[in-house]
Amino acid sequence: MQLRWWKLAAILLLTYDVVGGLLLPVPELSQLGETIRNLYYHVCMWFSMMILFTVSIVHSVKFLRTGDLQHDIKAESFAGVGTFMGLLGYATGAIWASYTWADPNNPAYASFGSIMREPKLIGAAIALLVYGAYFILRSSVTDMDQRARVSAVYNIFAYAMLFPSIWIIPRLLPSLHPGQEGNPALNFNDIDSRMRMVFYPAVLGWTLMGTWIATLVIRYKLLNEKKWNTYEK
Amino acid sequence: MNGFNQYVALLRKELLLESRQQHTLYGVILYIASTVFVLYLTMSDPGADTWSAQFWITMLFISINAVAKSFLQESRSRMLYYYTITSPVVFILSKLTYNVILMIVMSIINLLLYTAFMGDVTESFLQFFGISLLGAMGLSLVFTMLAAIASKAMQQASLMAILGFPIIIPQLLLLMRLSKTAFAEIFKEGALMQLVLLLLALDVLIIFMAIILYPFLWKD
Repeated sequence: MQLRWWKLAAILLLTYDVVGGLLLPVPELSQLGETIRNLYYHVCMWFSMMILFTVSIVHSVKFLRTGDLQHDIKAESFAGVGTFMGLLGYATGAIWASYTWADPNNPAYASFGSIMREPKLIGAAIALLVYGAYFILRSSVTDMDQRARVSAVYNIFAYAMLFPSIWIIPRLLPSLHPGQEGNPALNFNDIDSRMRMVFYPAVLGWTLMGTWIATLVIRYKLLNEKKWNTYEK
Repeated sequence: MNGFNQYVALLRKELLLESRQQHTLYGVILYIASTVFVLYLTMSDPGADTWSAQFWITMLFISINAVAKSFLQESRSRMLYYYTITSPVVFILSKLTYNVILMIVMSIINLLLYTAFMGDVTESFLQFFGISLLGAMGLSLVFTMLAAIASKAMQQASLMAILGFPIIIPQLLLLMRLSKTAFAEIFKEGALMQLVLLLLALDVLIIFMAIILYPFLWKD
């Protein structure tokens, strides 16, 4: 198997992310301590999730324009890997929150219920529920062309509704989550320059990693289709 | 016939059908009545927050039930007939308009029954009435589009709820936030207008998405 340059880049960037992320100096904040290093992993998951979902939409649009079923397979695979990244984002966030938010001395954050009311968590939950519904929808349409068309339409419609809501919800609810206005860590004021040196390469690295996984899934699915010969290329 | 005449004819057909097949209309009204009655039995004397939260939940379920039938009752052969006589854009616009009208009527019935049973805890009933109409419009637009999507799949009614709930959350949050004005909460200068405009902008976005996307669903 040949190693493409971007796969090599993914390996190098993620090695740098893991080694540099754990060893390079970070700003000392009393509240966060060393947990601040989780920024390199937690936030990157959400970034790559959104990028992969966007790629999925692009393929849905391409499918509707061309009617080529390969685009449908690509849209599905990118959405699947994006969902996986989202789940990892939740997992890393839960670990982080258990050290910073779940403070027994702070009654407001004692229960699971009050943590889930965070606008960022709601936004992420909506995104994951939408893609959960997307996969249910796919499995409940039997005809292949129909399935591709219907799910592409839902994909685009949901995405168009999702983006305003990610912008709206944080402005409706109070939050402890960093990056209250807009996207955390993207703003130049709320991230230290030392951290930026690791953070941006890390986002790129995780996105490339997601893409790599997606291409493997796509290749597997295409081979599967070819084997059962369910459609002509 | 040009587009506008087709639109009027399709809308007229929907209303005519409603007056001929009254059982579906009464079915939805009975659904509202029994939902509100069950709420009345399970809750006594709700506070303002619970009152408005429950109202919006009933609205959500009513809109799913009321709007779902608009696509589910169209048989395959009748869709083929539409296919020969009209364009998808005209068709979806007539469906959207009809469902907005239907949901506005249903939300008025719901609000009347709800206040009759649960009592009126609003400071300004008229304001809440206006907000419920705005909500009815948004809910019916979203669920019309989702009914169109779900009508192509199996287990349509339950699928509609699964597809719709995540998408409708932001609108419901906006509406609940907006409802607080009817309970005498003071808003910042201009914030109220901003919320209303946001909801209207979302409605416009949905209509545009429907116009762009429905032609792809239309072909069988």
